[in-house]
Amino acid sequence: MADVVNVRINGQELEVKAGTTAAVAVFMAGVTCFRRSVTGEVRAPLCGMGVCMECRVTIDGVPHSRSCQTLCVEGMEIRTDG
Amino acid sequence: MLGDTPLNSGADAVVIGAGIVGACCAHLLRREGMRVAVVEAGVIAGGATGAGMGHIVVMDDNPAEYELTLYSQRLWAELLPVLPPQVEFDPCGTLWVAADEEEMAGVEAKFASYTMRGMRAEILDGRSVAEAEPALRKGLAGGLLVRGDSVIYAPCATAWFLQGVDVRRGRVVAVTDGGVRLEDGSSLSCEVVVCAAGASSSELFPQLEVRPRKGHLAITDRYPGYVRHQLVELGYLKSAHGHSTESVAFNVQPRKTGQLLIGSSRQYGVTSPAVDRPLLDRMLRRALEYMPGLAQLSVLRTWTGFRPSTPDNMPAIGLCPERENVWFATGHEGLGITTSLGTAHLLVDLVAHRTPVIDPRPFAPERLWRDG
Ligand SMILES: Cc1cc2nc3c(=O)[nH]c(=O)nc-3n(C[C@H](O)[C@H](O)[C@H](O)COP(=O)(O)OP(=O)(O)OC[C@H]3O[C@@H](n4cnc5c(N)ncnc54)[C@H](O)[C@@H]3O)c2cc1C
Repeated sequence: MADVVNVRINGQELEVKAGTTAAVAVFMAGVTCFRRSVTGEVRAPLCGMGVCMECRVTIDGVPHSRSCQTLCVEGMEIRTDG
Repeated sequence: MLGDTPLNSGADAVVIGAGIVGACCAHLLRREGMRVAVVEAGVIAGGATGAGMGHIVVMDDNPAEYELTLYSQRLWAELLPVLPPQVEFDPCGTLWVAADEEEMAGVEAKFASYTMRGMRAEILDGRSVAEAEPALRKGLAGGLLVRGDSVIYAPCATAWFLQGVDVRRGRVVAVTDGGVRLEDGSSLSCEVVVCAAGASSSELFPQLEVRPRKGHLAITDRYPGYVRHQLVELGYLKSAHGHSTESVAFNVQPRKTGQLLIGSSRQYGVTSPAVDRPLLDRMLRRALEYMPGLAQLSVLRTWTGFRPSTPDNMPAIGLCPERENVWFATGHEGLGITTSLGTAHLLVDLVAHRTPVIDPRPFAPERLWRDG
């Protein structure tokens, strides 16, 4: 397994260590708004263990993916609500 | 004659059950100028009404059901201008999906019977189905698009019908010649009793052949635009009108929130409301056969509800045999959200000695009345 993988966060290229979660990669890219609530409020990870659902982002086109439960893989496309 | 403590000697009519059927009946009885009280053992729309899908659909598989669903759909359309936004009316139409050529033959028959009655329907080939609903699996034979069908959020419709109606918390344990008696020993006197107790109706009237038929549903997170029409497999009728103890059918509904409701199952002889994992799995696997991408979506919640079913799949609307003052509006199985309005109009016309707009005879409770 490679030591590093390359992902894209809202179009921005980022190299992270293998084993990094998508949630950490999003933070590393300087993005703090993971998603917006129904009324437009900013949301970001709370529990970090897959329960609170606040860390949802779109991963490789799949909306509502839990970024804290998903490990980065080479070429992964992550989109947040910005 | 009645119990010792008459609560309200003034009600003209008491409706048992605050599901959508009872709520609709109460709404129209009140419009007749009657003083109406609704008695509900649980919460408003806490029975099948809150558990169902809210698809307003015309069904053509037997003439009487066709009349009642068509009449009801027209009544919903008339109500549209006054329904509040919470009812989430969505004129999304129904797409009946045909998996193979054999089912396509069924599409043509359905098309003929709908258009004969002036309904707007279109036959779609496999390609048009794929264009209309990109999330369906490729290679389906085609479908029938029925534009007049729609979706509502039934609990809010129920609450709307009950505006200004006197709703009381209590369980009716007996229906007497002069009214109803409640579990707490109190009673309510009235001229007219309407039993709209859904799947529990035969607990009050053991001679009435209404039995619970359990169903499962799942709801997903918000995926706006993922599905555009209410999707139903053409084989649905086999599940709905067959009487096997257990069946599932592909049935997916887009909600205005972007969520998807995934159904459905049918099960007799079960009284526990617990989710039955093996049956839920079977239901979801059926859905995946038609829409493989559903596997990527997250389901937020699963639940069950009990449809009030009858041996001939038709509701009981009309006077109770052997009684002068008791009327039935129950037994709507999987169509009660749709047919609540038609039912209430029919019932109230009968109560008021008017000739109903549609023939009430196929719905007469006598046919479901066992001797003894
Ligand atoms: C999974 C599922 C999906 C469905 N999808 C659809 C759909 O898409 N379209 C459609 O048209 N229909 C659908 N249905 C069917 C529809 O939900 C029912 O036909 C309809 O809700 C029946 O309404 P009701 O008012 O008769 O019964 P209920 O909503 O069950 O109301 C009866 C009420 O009576 C009360 N009650 C019972 N006994 C007593 C008593 N002794 N004293 C006081 N109160 C009492 C209960 O607490 C309950 O609130 C679906 C049903 C299910 C389960």
